[in-house]
Amino acid sequence: MTAADTTTGNAGLAIEQALIFEQNTDSATGVDLAPVPHTRRKLGALERKAPIGLPGMAEPEVVRHYTRLSQKNYSIDTGFYPLGSCTMKHNPRLNEKMARLPGFAEIHPFQPVATVQGALEVTDQLAKWLTALTGMAGVAMSPAAGAHGELCGLLCIRSAHEAKGQGHRRIVLVPESAHGTNPATATLAGYQVESIPATASGHVDFAALKARLRNDVAAVMITNPNTCGLFETECIEIAAAVHAAGAYFYMDGANFNALVGRVRIADLGVDAMHINLHKTFSQPHGGGGPGAGPTVLSAALADFAPVPFVVANAGAYGVAEHVGRDAGKAAFGRMKGFQGQFGVYVRSLSYILALGIDGLRQASGDAVLNANYLRAKLSAELTPAFPGLCMHEVVFDDTWLKGTGVATLDIAKALIDEGFHPMTMYFPLVVHGALLMEPTETESKATLDQFAAALLALARRAKRGDQAEWFKAAPRLAPRRRLDETKAARKPVLRWRPVESHAGGNGGTARQAAE
Amino acid sequence: MRYLPLSDANRRDMLAAVGVKSIDDLFADIPAAARAAARFELPNTQGELEVERHMSKLAAKNLPMSDAPSFLGCGNYRHHSPASLDYLIQRGEFLTAYTPYQPEIAQGTLQAIYEFQTQVTLITGMEVANASMYDGATACAEAAAMACRVTKRAKVLLSGGLHPHYRDVTSTSLRFLDIQCDALAPDPLGIEDLIGRVGQDLACVIVQTPGFFGHLNDFTALAAACHAAGALLIVAVPEPVSLGLVKPPGEMGADIVIGDGQSLATPSSFGGPGVGLFATREKFLRQMPGRLAGETTDEDGRRGWVLTLSTREQHIRREKATSNICTNSGLIALAFSIHLTLLGEKGFRHLAELNHATAVSLAEKLEGIKGVKVLPGAFFNEFAVTLPKPAAAAVDELARRCILGGVPASRFYPSYPELANVLIVAATEMNTESDIAAFAGALKEIVS
Repeated sequence: MTAADTTTGNAGLAIEQALIFEQNTDSATGVDLAPVPHTRRKLGALERKAPIGLPGMAEPEVVRHYTRLSQKNYSIDTGFYPLGSCTMKHNPRLNEKMARLPGFAEIHPFQPVATVQGALEVTDQLAKWLTALTGMAGVAMSPAAGAHGELCGLLCIRSAHEAKGQGHRRIVLVPESAHGTNPATATLAGYQVESIPATASGHVDFAALKARLRNDVAAVMITNPNTCGLFETECIEIAAAVHAAGAYFYMDGANFNALVGRVRIADLGVDAMHINLHKTFSQPHGGGGPGAGPTVLSAALADFAPVPFVVANAGAYGVAEHVGRDAGKAAFGRMKGFQGQFGVYVRSLSYILALGIDGLRQASGDAVLNANYLRAKLSAELTPAFPGLCMHEVVFDDTWLKGTGVATLDIAKALIDEGFHPMTMYFPLVVHGALLMEPTETESKATLDQFAAALLALARRAKRGDQAEWFKAAPRLAPRRRLDETKAARKPVLRWRPVESHAGGNGGTARQAAE
Repeated sequence: MRYLPLSDANRRDMLAAVGVKSIDDLFADIPAAARAAARFELPNTQGELEVERHMSKLAAKNLPMSDAPSFLGCGNYRHHSPASLDYLIQRGEFLTAYTPYQPEIAQGTLQAIYEFQTQVTLITGMEVANASMYDGATACAEAAAMACRVTKRAKVLLSGGLHPHYRDVTSTSLRFLDIQCDALAPDPLGIEDLIGRVGQDLACVIVQTPGFFGHLNDFTALAAACHAAGALLIVAVPEPVSLGLVKPPGEMGADIVIGDGQSLATPSSFGGPGVGLFATREKFLRQMPGRLAGETTDEDGRRGWVLTLSTREQHIRREKATSNICTNSGLIALAFSIHLTLLGEKGFRHLAELNHATAVSLAEKLEGIKGVKVLPGAFFNEFAVTLPKPAAAAVDELARRCILGGVPASRFYPSYPELANVLIVAATEMNTESDIAAFAGALKEIVS
């Protein structure tokens, strides 16, 4: 089966949609603005002369365009999304409604603080929940995402070392199973990265870690639960060894969803951990963001937190915006414009209040139960990478595909035709042909059963041994079949250009936009 | 609990399938002492109505711009948002999708990113743009680091017209990379000499248009001076609506243009989330941070899009990546793109004209107040005035009268007493004649 055998290329409800630039009706617009009053001009000699080249469309065409585009997406609203380490959970619309209250949406970051007391209280209430849930001394609220929070934590650590005359420590130890942001972040903090191996059981090799803990080590970054879906059982001992060596313990909190209400990470000896509000606390992923990565800090690091932060004075909230003035001299600087990801705070606070501590504890319990249930069901055909129970996600290797000619990628693409979003593939790197699944707590047993049945059927089909060609041709039923990523990278076409280039201003050559 | 579908019967069946007795047993790997220590004095679950009441009470403690004539800018602007925009970005297929790692079922997001990238190149006059950064300030820091990689130099120069938050985020991040960051003093008159400071050791100069105090500047000569010295010119554009009326940085010779798309994309929301814009020249593509959508074909030869050139990124390159960015600001980028599509060429220019005209009217009104001076120079929709008294006190007094009358420069520059009387005001199409009259009338009383 190939593309639909229709005149239009459409297939029923699956409708092909041209680029906005190809639908351009020169003088059309989707907004009607008031006439421009006649005034002087104060633009100097800087008025724009040449046309910009933006396409014009009337409102109905715009609404249809984006509605049709949306229909080419898989989403948590439309189906099961077991992407490991991504925590694709339900996004309650209550949170969207709250973020759109004019008292939150229509406030400006530089209004007098007396007029934004409610906003500062929202930030403070969320901060208090995060420090209570983790048992940590403080929290830097402003990081914009997980990787940004990692950087915040490492910069606090570097500042603390420098304050103690330990600035010579420039090594960060990162397990080889870590998410790519960990080593990338360490580099941005001015550190060199050294990798720590994993044991056969999927944990950090504590002996190897201990052996490397010399006085040039600034920090150890460990994801816990780790990317193999396992809790680092020696976590407390690791923290003690790290501290004994004069280094700090950074815990990557990408997988905090498994721990909420079950353990306070302060009790594990952690010095800093970011919390992905867009994973654990249900800020929608929005096709790539925005998120937020508040970073909780131990007493040893809290003074180094960047500006801005909310200060609760007697009877009123204030905001510290200047290092060495309203913020202490130790604050390492600023990471983000304005007052942080406030709209995300509103959503996450609404979510946390809705669940409450009992609901949060039930949520982490159900998340771990759902993962273990999938693990138990799928083990009938698939091979778990590690023995025993898992936390909130489960990883299988590709041993079960040996000799079938079918690869992890093919299984993922076949799942698309079955109506499921594939799991995370080929990550963590320490597991051969990894299939990493995180169902989250917001999936029903019925959904898990349907998914397991589909995946088990695919597994049995693969094991017939003569099905490689069938799998390689998947997906057949999605808006697109497999896309040529090599071609995309070899001759990058990163923007539309008119078929005939009129202006030479961009120095680009004319390029055929559409075939 | 309404967000949790499992029933107690489900849980029992599932625990049996797993082979454990209780959910607590699933957490046996966590040291028992740590689990036992986890006691929380926190409230329990609440219904939707109770949460709404709680949040609404907090919202009511703020004075929103929708309830007061407001003239606030400084990198965050209030514009009208077409109703269809918010509807479209709340479609679940956009709102609740992940990063488009499975392109076959993420063509909607990918095509939208490709359109966004193209729109950003068009309005800035650049050749390539990425899929977004967190915000303008972080995009600025990324651009500075990129310029250092491109030039293999370790010194950058920041204009005094650069937004102080862009300056601070950039200088913070460069400090830890051992890159020298020279930030010039605030430049309310737009008269600083940058060309004279361009040397052979400089990786880049970072300027802003319209500048933090509102000035429009032509950076063409500065670009030439930078290029002659082997340095890059980075231009920040915190108010992209200006690009509908003002010569774009690409035409001035900028090598990297960064900005924040908030003004077109999303309500102010206390300053976040916004969306960082990042555009550059094709020759610097491989040094660019952030995700990129690129065109390709599928097995049936149909056009489609994928994330591409990911060998620059952290999940492939790890410690050698151009940035650590992963989650960006996808949904806000989509909102930016939808608004630009609704506006089109005609609407975008019209909106910019309206903004400029409103700001000119405001400037004329404020100039009529004894003791108030509009600082000289060309501007778009924002400018600075000096008052005969400290601006912070005037702003607080205006707020008591329910007018959000600009931002005092002292909020950003507390250690510059000479700026104490400087007030930065912005006007957009949201400001009516009566808003302007109310503001001017109140200010007149306050300063007299």
